Amino acid sequence: MSGATRIERRFADLKAKGRAGLVTFLTAGDPDPRVSAEILKGLPAAGADLIELGMPFSDPMADGPAIQNSSLRALAAGMTLEKTLRLVADFRRGDDATPIILMGYFNPIYAFGVERFLAAARKAGVDGLIIVDLPPEEEADLCLPARKAGLNFIFLTAPTTDDVRLPRVLERASGFVYYVSITGITGTASASVANIGAAMARLRRHTDLPIAVGFGIKTAAQAAEVAAVADAAVVGSALVNCLAANLNAAGVAEPGLVTAVLGMVSELAGGVAAGRVREDAR
Amino acid sequence: MDKPNTYRGGPNEHGHFGIYGGRYVAETLMPLILEVERAYEAAKADPTFAAEMDGYFKTYVGRPSPLYFAERMTAEFGGARIYLKREDLNHTGAHKINNCVGQALLARRMGKRRIIAETGAGQHGVATATVCALFNLPCVVYMGKTDIERQAPNVFRMKMLGAEVRPVTSGSATLKDAMNEALRDWVANVEDTYYLIGTTAGPHPYPSMVRDFQSVIGEEVRQQMREAEGRLPDTLLACIGGGSNSMGLFHPFLDEPTVRIVAVEAAGEGIATGKHAASLAAGRPGVLHGNRTYLLQDADGQIEEAHSVSAGLDYPGIGPEHAWLHDVGRVEYVSITDAEAVAAFHQCTRLEGIIPALESAHAVAHAVKLAPTLGPDNLLVVNMSGRGDKDLDTIARLEGTTL
Repeated sequence: MSGATRIERRFADLKAKGRAGLVTFLTAGDPDPRVSAEILKGLPAAGADLIELGMPFSDPMADGPAIQNSSLRALAAGMTLEKTLRLVADFRRGDDATPIILMGYFNPIYAFGVERFLAAARKAGVDGLIIVDLPPEEEADLCLPARKAGLNFIFLTAPTTDDVRLPRVLERASGFVYYVSITGITGTASASVANIGAAMARLRRHTDLPIAVGFGIKTAAQAAEVAAVADAAVVGSALVNCLAANLNAAGVAEPGLVTAVLGMVSELAGGVAAGRVREDAR
Repeated sequence: MDKPNTYRGGPNEHGHFGIYGGRYVAETLMPLILEVERAYEAAKADPTFAAEMDGYFKTYVGRPSPLYFAERMTAEFGGARIYLKREDLNHTGAHKINNCVGQALLARRMGKRRIIAETGAGQHGVATATVCALFNLPCVVYMGKTDIERQAPNVFRMKMLGAEVRPVTSGSATLKDAMNEALRDWVANVEDTYYLIGTTAGPHPYPSMVRDFQSVIGEEVRQQMREAEGRLPDTLLACIGGGSNSMGLFHPFLDEPTVRIVAVEAAGEGIATGKHAASLAAGRPGVLHGNRTYLLQDADGQIEEAHSVSAGLDYPGIGPEHAWLHDVGRVEYVSITDAEAVAAFHQCTRLEGIIPALESAHAVAHAVKLAPTLGPDNLLVVNMSGRGDKDLDTIARLEGTTL
C-alpha cells in the first residue's frame, strides 16, 4: 500500500482484521480548545478508528441542534479554522496512523482561501474532507483542488441519491463513501437495519470504496447492527450530547467530561467490534 | 470586468451569475433541487402554466397594479417626476404574492402536498399562507422569535389563514435562522414537501425562478410608463434585502442603456456602527443557504447578524444576481439608514396618503435624496413594494407610544 493515504491504509487494515471501523465525530474546540485537544488525543486508545473533526460554523443547515450548539460553543470559546488545523497538527505529533477527516461547511474555508487552506491542512496532517454543502455540481470549488493536493474528498450519498445520480457522485469520491442513512438532519431519527442493508447492496453495485454509515446511530447496539452490514459506523450527535451533558450551567467542562466522552467511545467501539467478525469483510 | 452582451441572459446552465449563485446544498436535497429545476423548465415551456398564473394575477392578486404619479412628492422634493409602482395594492399587501402564486402552482404541478416557507417581516409568510389556503395545501412557516415579536399582526394573519407558524430560536432568531430551519425541515421531508423560497436567493433555480415570477412588476411599468409619458422611465429605485421586488422591477430594463437603476440596502444604525444589513456595501463573497453571494461575515467566514428597523431587509445576504449586477456595475447599490427610512415613511404618508412598508420607505428615502439632483423631465419610478400596516407597531414604539 505504498502511496496509499492514511484513510486507505486504515480501511485495508480493518478489512484484513475482518471488522468494521468506528468513525467518531466531535466539533473542534468544543467545549473549549484545551479540553477538545485532550479528547482528541484520547480517541484512538478509546477505540476510534477514524476521526471526523467538525469545523465550527455559525449556520450548519444540515445539522441538528446538538451539533449546531457544539459549533456555537466552540466559536464562543474562540475557535477558528486556523486553530482547528493547529489542533490536528498537535494530534499528529503523537499519532501518525489515525486518519483525520475535517467535516463542515464551505464558507469558512472560502474565507480562509482554498489554496492556503489545502496547503495548511496537508501540513497539519489532515487526510480527508467532508463538506456538507458542496455537492458534485460545485466540484470546482474544493473537490478538484483537494484531490490535486492529495487529500481525500469524501462525498455524502443519501437515500434520495438515485441510481442515475449515484455514479456521478461516486466517480468523484475517494477515501470512502459516507452514506447518510436517513433523510433528515443529524441527531434525529434512526434508519432501520433492513433499509441500511438494502442501501449498502445498492451502493456496492456502484463502488469498491469502503462505505461508512452515519446519522442516527446513538448506541453500541445500533453501532453493532450497522457494523454488520457497513465498513464503518459514524457516531456524532450522541457523542456531542454526552459532552454537553458534562458541562456545568455556564457551559464549562465538568471534571469528568473527557472520561465520559471517551468511555462512550469505548462502548461504541465494543459494539462495532461485536457487529462483524468474519472471514470475508465483504 | 467585460461588459456582457446582455444583462438578462443569466444564469448559466449551472445556475451561476458570474461567480455567484450555484447549488450549495446537502446531497439529500440535491435530487429534489434538480427536480424543481426540471419542473420549472417544463412549466416555463407550457403556455397553460402562464395562462393559469395570469388568471390568478388578474382576478385574485389584482394585477396590474397601478403606476401612480406622485404629484405632491414631486413638488416637495423638486427635480424628477416621481411615480410610485403600487405593489402595496396587491392582495395581501405586498409584491410577495406574485411569487407565491407562481411557486404554489408549480408545487401543485409537481404533486407536492405540503408547503414550507421562511419569513422575516411576515409578508412572505402571509402570502404563502394565503396561496396555501387558496390551493388547500398544508403550510408551515418558520419565523425567527425576534421577528414574531415585532410582526405580531402578520403572525396572527398567518394563523387565521391556517398556517402553522414555528418560532425559530437558534442563532439571532431572525430571517437567516428561519431559513436554516426551513432547509432542515426540507431535508427531513423531501418526499412530499415543497420549499417556497420568498426571495431571489437560495440554490438554483430559485433566484431566477423568483425573479421571473416578479418580473411582472417591471413588465407592467414598461407599458404603463409608455401610456403615461410615451417613453421608458429614466430612473428606477427599489429597496433590497434578498432582492425580489427590486429584481422584479429591474430585470425587464437591464438591457435598456438609458435607464439608470438604483437599489437601496438597509444601513441600519449606519454602516460604520456594524449594525446594518448592507451585504454589498460591507460584506464580501461567500457561500450560505445554497448560493454564493455577498454576505455579512467575520474574518473567519462566520455569518454575522444583520440589523435593520425593517424585518424584511434584515438578512445578511443578497440574491446572487444582484451580487453579479453589482460587480459588473449595471446597478448602483446605495444604502439608507433606519432614521432616514423612518423619516421617509412619514413624508410619504403625509404627502401622498400612502403608508409604505418600512422596506419600501428605504427606497422612498433615497428618492428624497436623488430626485432633486435630476432634471424635471426625468421619470423616476419608486417601487412601493408593500404597505406599512404591519409596521405600525414598530413606528408607534419608535415614537414612544403603543397602539
